[in-house]
Amino acid sequence: MWCAALLWLLVLPATALAQLKIEITSGVTDPIPVAIVPFANTVGANNGVDVAQIIQNDLEGSGRFKAMARSAMTATPSRAQDVQIASWKSAGNDYVVVGRVTPLAAGQVAVDFELLNALTGQQLANPRFTGTAAALRDAAHRCSDVIYEKVLGIRGAFATRIAYVSVDGSPPSQRYQLVVADADGVNSRIILESRQPVMSPAWSPDGQWLAYVSFENKRASIYVQQVSSGERRLVSGRVGINGAPAWSPDGHRLLVTLGGSAGNPNLYVLDLSTQKLTRLTEGPAIDTEGAWAPDGQSVYFTSDRSGGPQIYQIGLAPGAKPRRITFGGSYNARPRLSPDGMQLAMVTQDGANYRIAVQDLASGTVRILSHGRLDASPSFAPNGAMIIFSGIEGGHSILQRVSVDGQTSQRLRADSADVREPVWAPFTHP
Amino acid sequence: MWYKFSAKWMESKMRKLLSLMLLGSVLVLGACSHKPPVKDAGAGASSQVPAAGAQSNGAGGNSAAGGAGVTGGDDVAGPQEGILAQRNIYFAFDSSELSADGMALIAAHSKYLVGHSNLHVRLEGNTDERGSREYNIGLGERRAQAVRRAMLLQGVAEVQLSTVSYGAEHPAVEGHDEAAWSKNRRVMINYVQ
Repeated sequence: MWCAALLWLLVLPATALAQLKIEITSGVTDPIPVAIVPFANTVGANNGVDVAQIIQNDLEGSGRFKAMARSAMTATPSRAQDVQIASWKSAGNDYVVVGRVTPLAAGQVAVDFELLNALTGQQLANPRFTGTAAALRDAAHRCSDVIYEKVLGIRGAFATRIAYVSVDGSPPSQRYQLVVADADGVNSRIILESRQPVMSPAWSPDGQWLAYVSFENKRASIYVQQVSSGERRLVSGRVGINGAPAWSPDGHRLLVTLGGSAGNPNLYVLDLSTQKLTRLTEGPAIDTEGAWAPDGQSVYFTSDRSGGPQIYQIGLAPGAKPRRITFGGSYNARPRLSPDGMQLAMVTQDGANYRIAVQDLASGTVRILSHGRLDASPSFAPNGAMIIFSGIEGGHSILQRVSVDGQTSQRLRADSADVREPVWAPFTHP
Repeated sequence: MWYKFSAKWMESKMRKLLSLMLLGSVLVLGACSHKPPVKDAGAGASSQVPAAGAQSNGAGGNSAAGGAGVTGGDDVAGPQEGILAQRNIYFAFDSSELSADGMALIAAHSKYLVGHSNLHVRLEGNTDERGSREYNIGLGERRAQAVRRAMLLQGVAEVQLSTVSYGAEHPAVEGHDEAAWSKNRRVMINYVQ
């Protein structure tokens, strides 16, 4: 049944794509005041990229920072030695960021900045990021990552990507797109387009490939596709359900749900190099939505073996027995593990609503993080601090982010299309 | 004498080349209705993938689906007399139990299929949008299988039936309330060739 190494380069279509826009829906009550001075720029056009503005958008978008208005700035230094720190402090800032974009040889540019503590004058960081002018936006996000980490003690996840499914048109003539974008929704591009459903995107641990389910042959098949080249491979087109792909932490295996001709969904581990299939679960229940524990030793999944959907954990050893993880409420599904393996995000029924909840695996404590009617598809940021998910608002499906502490949240909305099934990519920078 | 091609050999080569060129231009024309493919490396790949897969992929989706909608160009009208014009069996939330109305519709289509053993139906399981998507794929399949089993019990041959679950991915109607959801929790009996 296995189809080996079907390879072709995909079309990378130039179809118009709805851009996502971020809106902050809630932030901390006392955001950290920071002045991000416009960067000096001796490179030229920079593709219209304003590095300081991107940093400001990132930091403010996190809900934890408040940036000084540019119009209130009385000076625009671009180097630490030119900063009159007392005046920035008296303007109410805790931190000051100054920097510059300079040309290097062979079309490369460098972004340098200094992060200063406005209260002490101390310089906290002065990294340099180099790359092509086209990668300037990514360099700006990496600046944001450094500032976020130096100030809050948590690695930032601004220089990362997301994938999501975008759907436009009404039944029965919808158009489905699989889209990859920067974490702020910018730089989006379509990597697959189809008149048939596309669902369940999942990133490889190196952030270079996506696995997904496509119904382009009028039945579910699992593909893996390299994001940069479009090269893709059919990895499971068996009879019945082929669903819920999830890459193992080592990137060599894919956890999948297969239904077979009897339509009985069970979990299997598919070795991507040998194509060997190992069955993990048995029985007539729906077993699906497998998620790897970060240590790769066990997987979490949704099963209705007890009646309604609940989350279970099973080890990979032969004959391992599943252990039930969720007990609160009648509907807990779609587990996703935090990068440290300590928290489980899921979709939970809360009265008449479906919401994103996080269960602390050690204590069993469950917190509901979202407030929508039909929230779904939670995915952790690689720093474990945020969860991105989808929800319905104003009759449209939009993406939302919430911090795991529940204090900050943002919306990522497309103008017309329904956007859903967001998945946050792993870190790809060192 | 390697350069002494026989006329017959040359002819066959030329014919092959021409047909390749023709095929190439057809592919390009077909693809350009959407956007040009970078490259079609699908040729010579595994035959386990229907050609339609490469086309819908290369051309950015199977637009041939047309009025038949989500299930595509191979759908046929099927019987239209009386109750047979009805194709949807509806379900309660998170349930694959068949209602009396559903059983009546299954009985009518089963009888028709027994009498027309050349016909094939695809049973397409669907759910409403609530909850998680892959769980809904499982639920849609369970509904399709419930209809399949009922049809087998009424004498329909196994070869006449196939199932697919679209979960919540193929709503019949838009909307985020029970009015829409009740129409989307369905198994569609789809006559195919």
